Amino acid sequence: MFPSLLHKKDFYSGMLMILLGAGVALNSTTYSLGTLTHMGPGMFPFMLGIVLTFIGMLILGTAVLTPFDPDERILPKSMEWRGWGCILAGPALFMVFGEYLGLVPAIFACVFVAALGDRTATLKSSFLLAVGMAVGGTLLFSYILKVPFPIFRVNF
Amino acid sequence: MISTALTDLWYGFGVALEPHNLMWCFIGVFVGNMVGVLPGMGALATISILLPLTFGLKPVGAILMLAGIFYGSQYGGAICSILLNLPCHPPHAVTCLDGFPLTKQGRGGAALGITVISSFVGASWGITEMIFLSPLLVAAALEFGPAEICSLMLLGLLAGSTLAKGSPLKGVAMTVLGLLIGIIGSDIETGTPRFTFGIPSLFDGVEIVALALGLFGIAEFMKSVNQLSDVNTTYSKVTLRDLRPSRDELRRSIPAMFRGTLIGSLCSLIPGTGPTIASFISYAAEKKISKTPEKFGSGMIEGVACPEAATHSSCQGDFIPTMSLGIPGDAVMALILGALMIQGVVPGPQLIKEHADIFWGLVASFWIGNIILVLLNVPMIGLWVKLLTIPYKYLYPSALFFVCIGVYSANNDMFQVGEVIVIGVIGYALLLLDFHPAPILLGFVLGPRFEENFRRAMLISRGDILVFIKHPISAVFVGMSVLLILGQLYVRLRKPKVLEDVAIELKAT
Repeated sequence: MFPSLLHKKDFYSGMLMILLGAGVALNSTTYSLGTLTHMGPGMFPFMLGIVLTFIGMLILGTAVLTPFDPDERILPKSMEWRGWGCILAGPALFMVFGEYLGLVPAIFACVFVAALGDRTATLKSSFLLAVGMAVGGTLLFSYILKVPFPIFRVNF
Repeated sequence: MISTALTDLWYGFGVALEPHNLMWCFIGVFVGNMVGVLPGMGALATISILLPLTFGLKPVGAILMLAGIFYGSQYGGAICSILLNLPCHPPHAVTCLDGFPLTKQGRGGAALGITVISSFVGASWGITEMIFLSPLLVAAALEFGPAEICSLMLLGLLAGSTLAKGSPLKGVAMTVLGLLIGIIGSDIETGTPRFTFGIPSLFDGVEIVALALGLFGIAEFMKSVNQLSDVNTTYSKVTLRDLRPSRDELRRSIPAMFRGTLIGSLCSLIPGTGPTIASFISYAAEKKISKTPEKFGSGMIEGVACPEAATHSSCQGDFIPTMSLGIPGDAVMALILGALMIQGVVPGPQLIKEHADIFWGLVASFWIGNIILVLLNVPMIGLWVKLLTIPYKYLYPSALFFVCIGVYSANNDMFQVGEVIVIGVIGYALLLLDFHPAPILLGFVLGPRFEENFRRAMLISRGDILVFIKHPISAVFVGMSVLLILGQLYVRLRKPKVLEDVAIELKAT
C-alpha cells in the first residue's frame, strides 16, 4: 500500500498543504502573537497555518483511503518544456525590455518569444504576430488608454 | 418599500443611461463577448484580462463596463459550448449535452437564439430579486457587530470554496491559502510587515490583478499550450436567419425557461449552491418531467433553455450578497469586488447608501447590458463564429502581452510583472495537483476584512472565543456553516442520484 501512495496526487497535495501550513505557523511565531484579547500581528496567520496543516492531513487521509488507480499520473502526459519556458520568458522579457527600451520593444519581445512556445510556430509567423501586436498594442494602450509607458526609451 | 425600490431603480436607469456610462456598458459587453468567444478563454480569464481596461475610468463607468464584460464573456462561453462542444465555463458543461447535438443537426443557431432569450428571462428574475432583497439584507446587516460579520464571512468563504470544481476539501485548502496571501504586507494595526520576504514592493500586499492574472492567465496558458487541438468548425456555420427558433422549439422552451429560472433563484438563496449546481439540477429536473426523457442528450431544446436560465438567474443572485454585504459568492464576484476596491470604493452594507449611483446604476445596467447583448449578437453572430476559428497559437501570446501591460498599468510598477510570473508558476503547480485556484481569490479579497473583524470581535469579548455562538445571529451563521460541511459530507458519502446521473452523462460525451 505504501509505495502506491507515492503515485497519488492527493499524497503530494496533502503533504504540500501540511508543509505550507506548518511553515506559516512556525514563521508566525517570529511576529508577536499577543493574547486572544489583544492579538498581535502573528496570531491570525498562526491560526490559519494550523487550519491549513489540519486540512492537509485530511487530504493526506483521503489519499490513504482511496483505492489505487494505476492510470493516475501526477505530471502531464507530455512535458511541454518549450511551451512553459516560452510562456514564462515572455513576461520576463517584457520586464527587461520595458524597463530599458520602452513599450514597443517590450511588446515585440514578449509576443515573439511566447509565440515560439507552440510546436507548430515558425519564426516568420511569430515575427508577424509580434509586429501586429506591437502596432495594435501601442495604439490601444499608449494613444487610447494613455498608460504612462514611454513608447521608446534608452534607459541604462 | 416597493415604491422606494422603484424610485431608486428609476434613478439607476438615469445613471446607466447617461451617454458615457451607456458607452462603457456597450464596450464592456462587446469586448467581453469577443474575448469570451475565443476558445480556451473562460469567463474568469476574460474578466481578469480585461479588468485593467477599467482602471482609467470613474468608479461608475468602471463597474458598469465590468458588469458588461461579465455578461458578454458568459454569453461568449455559451456560443463556444454550443457550436464547438467546448465548455470554457463550468455551468456551460450541461449546455453542451444538448446544444452540440443541435448544432450537428443544423439547429445550432436556434439553440443560440434560445440561449439569449433564456438568459434574459433568468437574469431579469435575478435582477428583480436583487432590487427587493438587497435593501432588506442591508437593513439587517447594518446592525451586525464584528462577531456577526465574522461568522457571515466564514459562511461565505465555506460556501464559495465548496462550490468550486473538484474536492471540497481542496477548495477549503485553497481558500485558506487565499487568506494567507491576503496577509502578505503590513499588518493593519501595528504596521509590522508580514511574510514580505524582505521585499519592499510587497509591503502594500500582493496586487489583486497580479494574483488573478497569474492564476487564471499564465497558469491556464501553461496548462493549455500545445494541448488544445484545432477546433472542429465544420458544423458552426450560423447566419442571422438561423438564430430564429421555430415555433415548436419556442413553445417547448418557454416553460423550461421558467422552471430553470425558479431552480436557479432557489439555488442562489442556499449558500454553497451556485450556477454550476443550479445548471446540473435544472437539467436533471427537466429530464425527469419530460415525456421523452430518452431523447435528452440527442438535441432537446429544453435541455438548453432550462440550464441556461438557471445559470443566469443564479449568477444574478450571486450579486446580491456581493453588493449588499460585500461578501462575494465566487471568484468572478470577488474580482468585481476587487475592482471596486481598486476604485477606492469600500464594499459592505454601507455601499448602497454611500454609493447609490454605483449600486442602482449597476442594477439598471444589468438590464441594459442584457438588451445590448441581444442586439449585439443578432447582427454580429457571423463575426463571433469567425472568431471561434482563431487558433490558440496566435491567441495565447497576444493574451500574454495583455496580461503584462494589464498588471503593469495597475500601479505602473514593473515589479508586479515579476509577481505575476511567480504566481503563474505556483498556480500551474496547484492545477497539476488538482487544486482549482478560484477560491484563492475569494479568500484573498475577504482576508483582510476577516482578520480585522475577528480581532475586533475578540477585543470586544475580551478574548472569549465562544462569542460567535453566544450572539444569536452569529450562532445562526455558524450553524449554517456546520450544516454546509455536513451537507458536503453527505453528498460525498451518499452521492445523490440526480447529480450522479448528469455527471455520468458529462463523462460520456
